[in-house]
Formats: sequence, C-alpha cells, structure tokens
Amino acid sequence: MSALRGWKEIPIAGIPFEPAVKYKTGDWRVFRPVIDNEKCIKCGLCWMFCPDSSIIWDGDNFPTVDYEHCKGCGICAHECPTKAIEMVRG
Amino acid sequence: MAKSVQQRMMSLNGDEAVAWAARQSNVDVVAAFPITPQTIIMERIAEFIHDGLMDSEIIRVESEHSALSASWGASIAGARAFTATAANGLALMWEILYIVASSRAPVVMAVVNRALSAPINIHCDHSDSMGARDSGWIQIYSEDAQEAYDNTIQAFRIAEHENVQLPVMVMLDGFLISHTMQNVQILPEDVVSDFVGYRKPSRIKLPEFYGEKEIPLMLNPKYPISIGPLDLYDYYFEHKMQQIEAMKRAPEVIKEIHKEFAEISGRSYGDGLLDPYRAEDADALIMGIGSTMGTMKAVVDELREEGKKVGSVRIRTFRPFPADEIRELASGVSSLGVLDRSASFGAEGGPLFMEVRSALYSLKDRPPVLGYIYGLGGRDMPPRLLKKIAEEVLSTREEPERPRVGYPGARE
Amino acid sequence: MAETKWVPNIRQIAKEMHERGFTGITPGHRLCAGCVAGTIVRQVMMAARKPVVVINATGCLEVATTIFPYTAWQVPWAHNAFENAAAVASGVERAQAKLIRDKRFEGDPDIEMDYDIVVFGGDGGTYDIGLQALSGAMERGHKFMYVLYDNEAYMNTGIQRSGSTPFGAWTTTTPAGKVIPGKPVGKKPLVDIIAAHRIPYVATVSPYYWNDALVKFRKGFEADGPVFIRAFSTCNRGWYNAPEESIAISRLAVETCVFPLYEVVNGVEWRLSPPSLAIAKNPEKKKPVEEYLKTQRRFRHMFEPENRWMIKRFQEMVDYEWELLLERAGLKG
Repeated sequence: MSALRGWKEIPIAGIPFEPAVKYKTGDWRVFRPVIDNEKCIKCGLCWMFCPDSSIIWDGDNFPTVDYEHCKGCGICAHECPTKAIEMVRG
Repeated sequence: MAKSVQQRMMSLNGDEAVAWAARQSNVDVVAAFPITPQTIIMERIAEFIHDGLMDSEIIRVESEHSALSASWGASIAGARAFTATAANGLALMWEILYIVASSRAPVVMAVVNRALSAPINIHCDHSDSMGARDSGWIQIYSEDAQEAYDNTIQAFRIAEHENVQLPVMVMLDGFLISHTMQNVQILPEDVVSDFVGYRKPSRIKLPEFYGEKEIPLMLNPKYPISIGPLDLYDYYFEHKMQQIEAMKRAPEVIKEIHKEFAEISGRSYGDGLLDPYRAEDADALIMGIGSTMGTMKAVVDELREEGKKVGSVRIRTFRPFPADEIRELASGVSSLGVLDRSASFGAEGGPLFMEVRSALYSLKDRPPVLGYIYGLGGRDMPPRLLKKIAEEVLSTREEPERPRVGYPGARE
Repeated sequence: MAETKWVPNIRQIAKEMHERGFTGITPGHRLCAGCVAGTIVRQVMMAARKPVVVINATGCLEVATTIFPYTAWQVPWAHNAFENAAAVASGVERAQAKLIRDKRFEGDPDIEMDYDIVVFGGDGGTYDIGLQALSGAMERGHKFMYVLYDNEAYMNTGIQRSGSTPFGAWTTTTPAGKVIPGKPVGKKPLVDIIAAHRIPYVATVSPYYWNDALVKFRKGFEADGPVFIRAFSTCNRGWYNAPEESIAISRLAVETCVFPLYEVVNGVEWRLSPPSLAIAKNPEKKKPVEEYLKTQRRFRHMFEPENRWMIKRFQEMVDYEWELLLERAGLKG
C-alpha cells in the first residue's frame, strides 16, 4: 500500500478508493494449483467453484491460475473431474 | 428584508406543521414507526400520500431501528429521505444514528422530544436528543410549531449542502409543541419546492477507479462504489476528522439558509444559531432550549417592566454548538442562568450548562453561571418559576465556589 | 414466476464475464482460503440478468471484501449494520421505485437506475439479530433477493453458536464439554419461518450443485416480490474441515439430507429440486449423516463412545425434517 493519506486527500463518507486486486493474497498460499492441459477438458468447474475469482477462464481456452491472488485452498484440484490439477508446494 | 410571499394561515399542531413541511419539501422516501408524541407526523404524511397530496414513497417499518436504516438505504440510493421519532424510538436508532452521520447521508429526522424510560413517560424533556448529541447529527431545536415547520424545510437544504453533507435532526417539544394547536403560516407549495429543490447526490473522485471523473456518491451501477467498509486504525481517524470539519463548516451554512428562508417567509430566529431576546443591554441572561424559552420571553418582558435588566437566549443549534456566538453575547453580562431539560447523571450539571461554561472559560471576565435542571418527564415550568430563576441569576454576581445546579419544580 | 426460461451455460457465462472483466467480487478479498461464501457470491453474479446492487449485513463477507482503503466489489455495494440489511434494502428499493417513476436521473448519463437488489447476510444476521428487519421487509413485499450464506455460527467474531448451529456442534460458546458436549438444541427452521410469509419464492442452494443454484438465483432475480435463498456455506475455520473439501462437503450435505435442496413457491407449494428429488425417489441413495459429520472436527466429540448417542440423535433430527419436507412436497405414502 502506498503512503497513508491525510483526511484532506481521501474521499468523504469512508468510500474505499483502492481496488482489492492491488492486495496480493497469493502469499497466503502453501500449495499452488498447477493445471495439466493434457488432462484438462475445459469443463470450467475449477472456475465455477474458485471462491477467489483466481481461476481465469474465457470459456474457450484452457483455464489459468492467478497466482498473485490464489490462496491455495485446493478446491479446484479436489473438484477437477479429470485430476488435471495438482497442488504443488510453493 | 424583501417582501415575503403570501402565505396560508392554518391551525396546526407541531406534528402537523412538520408533516406539512415534509409534504412540501420534495421528500422521496419516508420511513417511520409510530411512537407518542411523534405519531401524528407519520399519520398526516400517510394521509397526504394516500390522498395523493404528497408524492413520496412511505415505508411503514417494523421498528425505529428499521426506520432509520431504511431512510439510510433510500438516501444512499440517491433519494431524499425523511423520518421522525421520539424518546425510546430514538434510543433504538442509536447505533444507526452514528452510521448515517459517518456515511454522510443527508437524512432529515424530526425528533419530538420526550423523556426516556424508565419509568415509562410520554411527556417532554430533552433526554432523548441530548443523548444523541455526539452522534454526528446537526441538531436544531424549535420553539413552537411555526418554527418546527420552518426548521424542517431548511433542514433539507442544510443536510444536502455540499459543505455539510450531514444528517439533521429537527427537535420539537413533545405535547408542548407537538400536540398544541397554533396558527401556522404555510408557504405555497411551489415556493417551498423551489427553495428546497430536489436531492442531487454530491460527487466524489475515486482516481484509482474512475480517473478525474466526478462520480455520484450513491448506489449506481454506472459508477459502482462501496459504502460502509471496514475501516481500521489506519483511516478511521481521518474519516472522523472529515466529520469534525464538516460540522465546523455547518454554522455558516445554517445562517445562510436561515437568512434565505427569512427572505421568502418573513420569519427569522436570531442568526439561525441563537435566538436572543432583549439581550443587548441585559445584566443577566437566561439560556435555554425549546418551548420554555417562549415562556421565558414573556417573563423577560415582565421583569423589564419591573426595571430588571434580564434577557434571554434560546439555543437553536446545539450541534454545531454556537460557542463563539455565546461568548460574544455573554461577555458583557454580569451573570448567566442555563436551563437544561435533561440530566446528565453524575455530571456537574446538564449538557447545555456544561457546554456553556466550557465556552466561557476562554473569556477573561467570565460571568458566574448558574445551572437549572427542570421539566423532566414533562414537569411544568410555569412563568413564576422562571421569574424566580431569573431573579436569582440577576442577584448572583460571583461564581459560586462549586458549580451550582438547581432543580426547580422537583419536590424533595 | 417460479419458472425461468434461462438455462445456465457455463462456457457462455464464463465468456461473457471474461469479456466484461467482471467477476462480481475481484481477487484480493480476504475471505479465508476455501471459504465458499466467495463462490456463492460469484454464482449469484453469474445468474444476474441486469446490474446488481448489493446490500451486505455485517459479517465475514462484508469485512473481508472491504478492508479500507480496498474494495473487492465491482458492483454498487453498501453495508450499514448487522441486523438491518433487509431494512436498508427496503429503503433502497423504494428509493429506486420513486426515482425511476419520477425519471429523476433519466437525463444524467452518469447515473443508472435499472438494477436488481440482492442482500447478503450470514446466519447470525439472518436467523438471529436480523430476523425482525427481514420479517418486516418480507411482509411489506419489497422486491429484493435475500441470500443467506449459512455457515451455522457467528464466524466473524470467532465461531460462536447461532440459531443455525446444528445439534451437537462444537462452537466457542457451545464447547464440547464433559457435561454438555456441544450445542444441546437443534436449528431454528428458518426457511419454514420465511416461507410462512407467503413470499413468491424461497429456495435452498448448495454451491456444488451450481446449475441448480444459478437457476434458483435467476428465478430470484426474476420474481416479482421478496425472495429468500438459503445457501449452504462451509467454514473451514469454524467447522474444522479441510479447505479443499468445502465443495465436496456441500455435496455430502445434500446427499445425507442434512441440507435438502428445494423451493417453496408462494409459501405453500413445496418442490424438491433434482438432487434431493432423486433421493426421495430412491431412498437407498440417502447417505447416513455420519459420513457428513466425520468431515468436520466440530462434530469430532460425537464420535467418542460416550457421545455416540448424539450421532443417532442427529440422524433422527435430519430424518424428521426430511420426512416433513417429503410430506410438504407431496412425496409421502
């Protein structure tokens, strides 16, 4: 986060002025999901269940992981019907 | 003063006068819950709406807590919101009072002053709104039904003013004003409508989201914002500073709008903050709030006829507290009496007494100040008692060793 | 009104959202890893038919998504207090109606007034402290969809029991003590209470059954009046389940009938949804609650020999509610 601002520099009424994407939750992670495109059938379930909007999928191509934010919960790997996602340390 | 417009004289009680003000002020949403002595306000508004005389949405909520919550919802959705309550109802709103003020929602609320339970009591004192004095709301107290009408109309302009953006409470004494029939001058509908206009949500900048664009401060899918976040030690204080500063800017706005309203209505109340009566040359001043100060004017006249130089000062705005104006008025007098219609248990006196004494501390020649707590639970304050107080104040020339607070009207 | 023509197509939805750069809540929110409250919010956004305005009761979701100066919400969002989300939504809804009727902002290119209102509340804010405001709003008939993400305790304050905490569960205020092992009473039948308001649409959803959930959320948006949806929301911090099993547990809850999926139309027409209907038709598919209980350490003490009776009791309570539901849905006898 940038330097803390003074009361004259922030909007009134307590309106948040920074998008949360700037806050990187990726460092919460112990294990990271790695998608094996050989096994992936693009069913989209990992995208559907990810609580952190951290599976990026356009509906056509293979899904990818937003490692800046993925918290490593492992839901995607657990739910993947073809076991195409592996949780890897780091 | 410019010639005021033609008005309609109506026999109304204070609650009805407030309902008329709300009817004429382009209110979009009214949310309210019945409580004596406020109920007439929402009954009249309901009648107006059901008869097609007032174009507002009305939400007949299931509690005062929801009344203020719904008003807040309406306000952040871009609407002009009005509600009304009293006593326990205001107490139930307590949590939301702070939230409305902190999120800078310009809600207007009539508070019909009534004693707080227990024991349960429906009559007037100021313990309800005095308990809310630190909630961040502007508080304007009325002397009679006419002023309650005038204040309610002005409240919308004050609350929504770009330099303020704070909610406003308009107070009127339970029963003494709320249920007392009076001749009230009602302005023509179009005149009030022009005076208050329609709510225009203020604008803010969020450069990280929308660059230099000034976006409406409201729920709006065109420019989404989040209202009411979790705010910890890194920014909460700054948000409080903004409220403190907004309250500092409020007196000028209140005076300005009061003056503008006086020009169309022909009615004014001092400078809008304080309403002094025969105070210029007074030796002793009696300060107080609400309808009692109307009676006080008659007592002042009586004392003046007896050659006693007593004047009175009615505090209209308790928040923001007009400390500068009080210092100015008090600097020439020999003694002061302060009337409080609420008690602050364990304190050295009532809230007004403490604030007045605190304001005077920076004066070199401080007049002695006597405090009086009176009228709790609707106990009558007859002219003879006020006269006795005034005479006691007039004869006091030195500050007592310890703050002196009397309880006129209470039996031992 | 309890029907919709919309058929969710996961690819289509993903494509559209991707093109708009829209996820409803963005990454960078601070819900715990594996908290499916995030999934539920995303599923609601997937089912939206037009812009959505969110009102949030105090709770984990509210706190974790808007830690100042950050916000994760891509939609207009407001939070006031714990117990009044439904009252706030009532005010928003009436304001919206008035401002649209008046065409107040029609000429203003910066303001959009056409939106659906959705409320998110946890079980504390819904079963308990917010029930009065919710009941009032339902009775008055305001048009908004109230989505309860039900994680069965006050998780935001650190796992205290609520009216939703199930029988036997450990929480910090119903500890698994030697004398009193966990919560001595069962859940408040909240869906029954809300359905009794005779509102147009009430439903339960589990995020595992995403198709069912999306359809129900869309029905909720399309309904003409108040809507209440109870979503099953695991909490791995409060339930002590494995985070990665959160969605799998959402499935088990349905398979054991701990959390049946159904709809209630106008407060009287009870309909089982396909996953639960399949169990109703083939009762042998109904799994024992033990399978569900063993996935969460909040129930661990119930597996001690002296507490085994609690599992039996839990099963009886689930069976009782299930039978009641079958009867209401006209599927008995």
